[in-house]
Amino acid sequence: MFLAPSLIGFSIFYLIPFLIGLYESFTDGNLGGVFVCLHNYRELLASGSFRKAALNTLLFTGIGVPLLIASSLGLALLLHRPVYLRGWLRTSIVMPLVVPVASVVMIWQIFFDWNGTLNEWLHHFSHGRVDWMQSEWSMSVVVLMYLWKNIGYNMILFLAGLQTIPKDYYETAEIEGAGRMRQLIHITLVYLTPTMVFVVLISIVNSFKVFRETYLLAGDYPYDRLYMMQHYMNNMFFSLDIQKLTAAAALMVVCIVAMAAGLLRAERQYRESTE
Amino acid sequence: MRSSGVVPKTAATLALGIVAAAMLLPIALTVANSLMSELEIGRNYDLLDRMVDTAHGGADAFAHLKVLPDWLTFEQFAQVLIRSPHFLSMFWNSAALVVPIVAGQTVVASLAAYAFAKLRFIGRDKLFMVYLMTMLMPFQVTLVPNYMVIDRLGLMNHASAIILPGIFGAFGVFMLRQFMAHIPRGYAEAAKMDGAGHLTIFARIVLPLAKPGLSALTVLLFVDYWNMIEQPLIFLQDAVKQPLSLYLAQINQHERGVGFAASALYMAPMVLLFLYAESDFVEGIQLSGIKG
Repeated sequence: MFLAPSLIGFSIFYLIPFLIGLYESFTDGNLGGVFVCLHNYRELLASGSFRKAALNTLLFTGIGVPLLIASSLGLALLLHRPVYLRGWLRTSIVMPLVVPVASVVMIWQIFFDWNGTLNEWLHHFSHGRVDWMQSEWSMSVVVLMYLWKNIGYNMILFLAGLQTIPKDYYETAEIEGAGRMRQLIHITLVYLTPTMVFVVLISIVNSFKVFRETYLLAGDYPYDRLYMMQHYMNNMFFSLDIQKLTAAAALMVVCIVAMAAGLLRAERQYRESTE
Repeated sequence: MRSSGVVPKTAATLALGIVAAAMLLPIALTVANSLMSELEIGRNYDLLDRMVDTAHGGADAFAHLKVLPDWLTFEQFAQVLIRSPHFLSMFWNSAALVVPIVAGQTVVASLAAYAFAKLRFIGRDKLFMVYLMTMLMPFQVTLVPNYMVIDRLGLMNHASAIILPGIFGAFGVFMLRQFMAHIPRGYAEAAKMDGAGHLTIFARIVLPLAKPGLSALTVLLFVDYWNMIEQPLIFLQDAVKQPLSLYLAQINQHERGVGFAASALYMAPMVLLFLYAESDFVEGIQLSGIKG
């Protein structure tokens, strides 16, 4: 009864479309749809722009997510110690989370333009200009925006995780002569596992949202290095190549589900080992 | 923890202070620039956009990002608010999309979250898993089928093409379920003893206790949809119906000054909402991350 409204809407707008999409990915483009097995997938994998997009997305997630997690964990550990102005610091670091990307995109543009501020600084140190948005650097720019936006959210989650670790664990470790580093690895990181699983999941979800930043900064056809799965799928959509699009979507779903299932299993194992 | 000496405390504060300043910088610069006159903006940034590069200036010509305006002026804001009617109408478009989504998803999701957290039925955990997995998918994954469904329902180019899927998003269900799972079972059981039905338990006990979760969700959804790019790009081809986020993406060289003012106005509701609900917001996010 409580579930009914949600379930109906969820089925119409998410579940059923998803199943239709899965079906489409195995048929040819004609009305009625003839079953063509894995043909669409073979075409997809042979397509150069798909490979480029998949590689870039993997690269971005592979670099962005670990960087984000390491830096937000670092900040959380710092903020968990005694510091002055804790409330102010936390508010400032979380702030970017609520600021719409579209409204700071002009500042980013000014920063990374060929004649922009960053190059001015480089020039100041008698260094040549870098074409930030039209070179391999462009991905670092987007990684930076991703970090800026998401670091606060992860930091809050880590702070909550840190508060659940009993203080006497550290005291015992201290008595037994364990150093800072050992405490970090054997106590903090171990007991943060459930938080970590959640943070990794959320970070990956948010790494797909970086399309917004990229779109705002670089438009429909950005520099090659920034051409991600979402661009590919958007462009396939506008060129009405439904077969490739649904096949690409299905592949992406398989990857995400596999990864999420792996993470959740890791968490369950952790829970069983501690109970 | 242990190290409560003044030196490490100051060092940690300084390190965090630098990070915090870097985080606030783009926001502060946007606001500062919105207070500059069109003339000043033009002078500072006329070298942007590579075309100018070789024409004049040469090797050491750069745009100048300035922190403080020469002249404090509200000219740009006046320009945006009074002389550009399309800005206000887009602001209105954004609000007309976001408010129903946030309100709708909060209501629908809190009901569903109650079912997932407090009721027992067959296949409950499997179904929740399906929600969770859907939440993880990027928008593009269901793009085509979604397009077909919306087309079939006759909603294309209509605001409900964005509002309806928004209302039934899985994120709210997930977040509130995590939150409600923390509410001790005892409360509900005591009420049940007194003869309260599920509706009463939901409305009188669970909802009030879930308030931080609800405010965190409200803020997060508001930000997410206020900021949306993909959905209107595809489902709203009519320029007059598009929200502010797309307008800001298309601002060009000559409108930069106005753009800054529009940006400042665009982020203002989010920042105010955040500052107002911050403690609930933080608590809500934290509890959703700890498994119940």
